[in-house]
Amino acid sequence: MIVRIATEGQYELPDGIHDELNQLDNRVVAAVEADDESAYRESFAALLDFIRGRGTVLDDTDLRESDLIVPPPDLTLVEAEAEFTGDGLLPD
Amino acid sequence: MAGTSGRFTTIIKAKISKLLDRAEDPGETLDYSYQKQLELLQNVKKGIAEVVTSKKRLQMQADKLQQSVVKLDTQARQALSAGNEDLARVALERKQLTQTELQSLDSQVQELEAEQQKLIESEQKLRTKIESFRTKKEVVKAQYSAAEARVQISEAATGVGEEMADVGLAMQRALDKTEDMRARANAVEELEAAGTFEDLTALGSGQDDIDRQLAELTSSSQVDDELAKMKAELGSGGSAGQIEEGQA
Repeated sequence: MIVRIATEGQYELPDGIHDELNQLDNRVVAAVEADDESAYRESFAALLDFIRGRGTVLDDTDLRESDLIVPPPDLTLVEAEAEFTGDGLLPD
Repeated sequence: MAGTSGRFTTIIKAKISKLLDRAEDPGETLDYSYQKQLELLQNVKKGIAEVVTSKKRLQMQADKLQQSVVKLDTQARQALSAGNEDLARVALERKQLTQTELQSLDSQVQELEAEQQKLIESEQKLRTKIESFRTKKEVVKAQYSAAEARVQISEAATGVGEEMADVGLAMQRALDKTEDMRARANAVEELEAAGTFEDLTALGSGQDDIDRQLAELTSSSQVDDELAKMKAELGSGGSAGQIEEGQA
């Protein structure tokens, strides 16, 4: 599975990590919904670390599309909240 | 994959896909999409240049403020030696305000430096992908049937398109930050124009107003500490004998 961290790059992750990735993602969503700054920072960092740690960087000549795209690492909580209300980085 | 992935990742993915769909005109030839890729590369270069320009401007401001810090420190010492403690205090208040601005400018310069490096890397990555796309396009055209070639090339074009969207996003974020800093740099320039960081000998009629602003902006306890320290230094130098018993 190929995961892109937006503004950073693509990583190829082994099969079978989907559930773990999903749990990490859910934690970020929960933190955003709770408007909890420290939980957001911590959970988003954990998600990014997981992708960087378990994945291998995709070669620059590889033209495959990503299966998942994670928002930019410098995304603020306010931006993340806007993302869920459809008003975010990219228009709905 | 639907239903199994969390929303945080899927939202962005869906939006980028949508962006690509919108950009993709079936009537466009692949050679034309290669031209568009090259155009975006040029834009990224312009974006980098813009970040560099803003960074240089901030660096120049920082250099100026650094000179002001040295000057104000000297003036505080001179004022104190001459027994004018009030003037020394004003100079130290200004020095502290200037130092605070300087720290903020320094961290902004570092942030822009990081943005610049990131954009340079993004530009190189995109350049590599585009070159890879060009090669693949030629090979596939030569080796595959028209229908197969069409599928293969359009998959590759989608991959490059995703990279283009991502570089576009990186550039937008970098330029937004640059814009914020530019606004701040303008504010600092206004303060400069008002004489806030200037040396005391240049103080004009606006003095009262500036002093009031300074009093609001600076921490007086820090100024007190520095003033006391300066007194002690000058005292131990022998010119002002009243601090023989130290600060206690």
